[in-house]
Amino acid sequence: MVERTSRAAWLPHAVLLAGVLIFAFPIYTALIGSTHDAGTIGRGDLPLTPGEFGVENYSQAWSQGTGQRVKASPVAQMMANSFVMAVVIAVGKIAVSLISAYAVVFFVFPLRMFFFWMIFITLMLPVEVRIIPTFKVVSDLNLINTFGGLTLPLIASATATLLFRQFFLTIPDELVEAAKIDGAGPLRFFRHILLPLSRTNIAALFVILFLYGWNQYLWPLLITTSSSMDTIVIGITKMIGTGDAQTDWNLIMSTAMLAMLPPVAIILLLQRWFVKGLVETEK
Amino acid sequence: MQRRVVFDGKVLPYLLLAPQLLVTTVFFFWPAGQAVYQSFLLQDAFGLRQNFVWFDNFRVILSDPLYRGAAARTLVFTLSVTLLSMAPALLLAVMADKRIRGATAYKTLLIWPYAVAPAVAAVLWLFIFHPSIGVLGQAVRKWGIAWDYKLNGPQAMFLVVLAASWKQVSYNFLFFLAGLQAIQKPVIEAAAIDGAGPARRFWSIIFPLLSPTTFFLLVVNIVYAFFETFGTIHALTQGGPGKATETLIYKVYVDGVINLDLGGSSAQSVILMIIVITLTAVQFRYVERRVHY
Repeated sequence: MVERTSRAAWLPHAVLLAGVLIFAFPIYTALIGSTHDAGTIGRGDLPLTPGEFGVENYSQAWSQGTGQRVKASPVAQMMANSFVMAVVIAVGKIAVSLISAYAVVFFVFPLRMFFFWMIFITLMLPVEVRIIPTFKVVSDLNLINTFGGLTLPLIASATATLLFRQFFLTIPDELVEAAKIDGAGPLRFFRHILLPLSRTNIAALFVILFLYGWNQYLWPLLITTSSSMDTIVIGITKMIGTGDAQTDWNLIMSTAMLAMLPPVAIILLLQRWFVKGLVETEK
Repeated sequence: MQRRVVFDGKVLPYLLLAPQLLVTTVFFFWPAGQAVYQSFLLQDAFGLRQNFVWFDNFRVILSDPLYRGAAARTLVFTLSVTLLSMAPALLLAVMADKRIRGATAYKTLLIWPYAVAPAVAAVLWLFIFHPSIGVLGQAVRKWGIAWDYKLNGPQAMFLVVLAASWKQVSYNFLFFLAGLQAIQKPVIEAAAIDGAGPARRFWSIIFPLLSPTTFFLLVVNIVYAFFETFGTIHALTQGGPGKATETLIYKVYVDGVINLDLGGSSAQSVILMIIVITLTAVQFRYVERRVHY
């Protein structure tokens, strides 16, 4: 930013462009793979430009998910599962965290700090380190192969509660006092003042949590045994199997493209909320 | 810590807390307690009786060469992923921080891989590096390297590291960029006037000022490589060939879910819990960016 020489002018562009191209390269090959037929790919001569089987591949993956060698549920169904899972996790986490943060910040009651620490400590217990016992709890509750089993254990999270707590602490006392003088009770204050003020935080958190839910892997792998409950991320690894050369790569790549579409679209369209959410949940 | 003006309520706060406490207790504390309890038990060969064996499970695991192998691999894997996802991110962030045309467009084009699921990222790289049909897999073979990640352990590790790092660069890029933009520009301009060149300015001023961000990202990336890469490994190599890509988290899954060794797998879970707790504590202790309590 200080020098104004010709070298300083082209170097950043060259580096950034290289970065963009390296990042985009896997997507480009996937795009090409999804527009050719399985034979061309299986022979190992994948062209450098898109082919003409695109429509065919995508519609086959979307409505059947099954080709000559791969067997999976229709992508439409798997994406619906992923979508329900991601939305339930995002909305559930936000709802549960909003009210618990409200209780911790705006009320004084016995054991308040104990409960706060109870929530806080769950930061340190990611699902990966308690897989088997959690699986047992879920199976004891008869929640295997249900959306309840898929989403409930992931709904409680300390991060969202901490974020809302931080935000609630910045709300001026005068506002709360004014609301009380005007006769607003706790629920009315929450509904008509706090919720509208939290809109941007909710939006930012929703973007992050939707991605979190959509990209879940280990948990759905354990909890869903029936293929009708497969999420798209699980489905695509099932399609790959052992990764033979002679498989329906055209369908696998179409599925990969479709699996990436919603989360990538969310990041690109809601970039502002995404960056805000990312920075604030990690703060 | 606490607001001055609060609402009255005897029952309402408990009702508001109830959903979160319920989920937390049923799906966090109960299973975590079970894991700790199970880690002290040994099932007999017929699965009929369980004996309380104190720290035997831990002793067996920690002296097991297979577990030590997995721990060493996890270390190599974690260090490689952390380095490979942080160094390019820093370079890109430094470039994007300069006043150039199209900085916003570059930023947009550099952050989207964060959205790709680890398992999907694995599938994309598998398609590229497949020995017989992949674009780069075939190219590497033409250069005379016997490339086959399904047979060669180090090559499998390389591919897993690549797929795991690729999507994490975006995350690090965003945080490095935010860190760079927070540095006061006059400090750098003053150094330039004093005759420091770009390289000198970077290493003597920018890099030290960036160290809180770097340290924070270090912890986040270690946690990512430890826990969130399960999908990458499961989709790409399933821990193979042999055990070449079996990390600690993958071993918990194999021992518990596939080999049904509950005591051993629980003891491994407890060890992982201790690692996460330590990392989180370190982060809270040393990173000022964190929330203060």
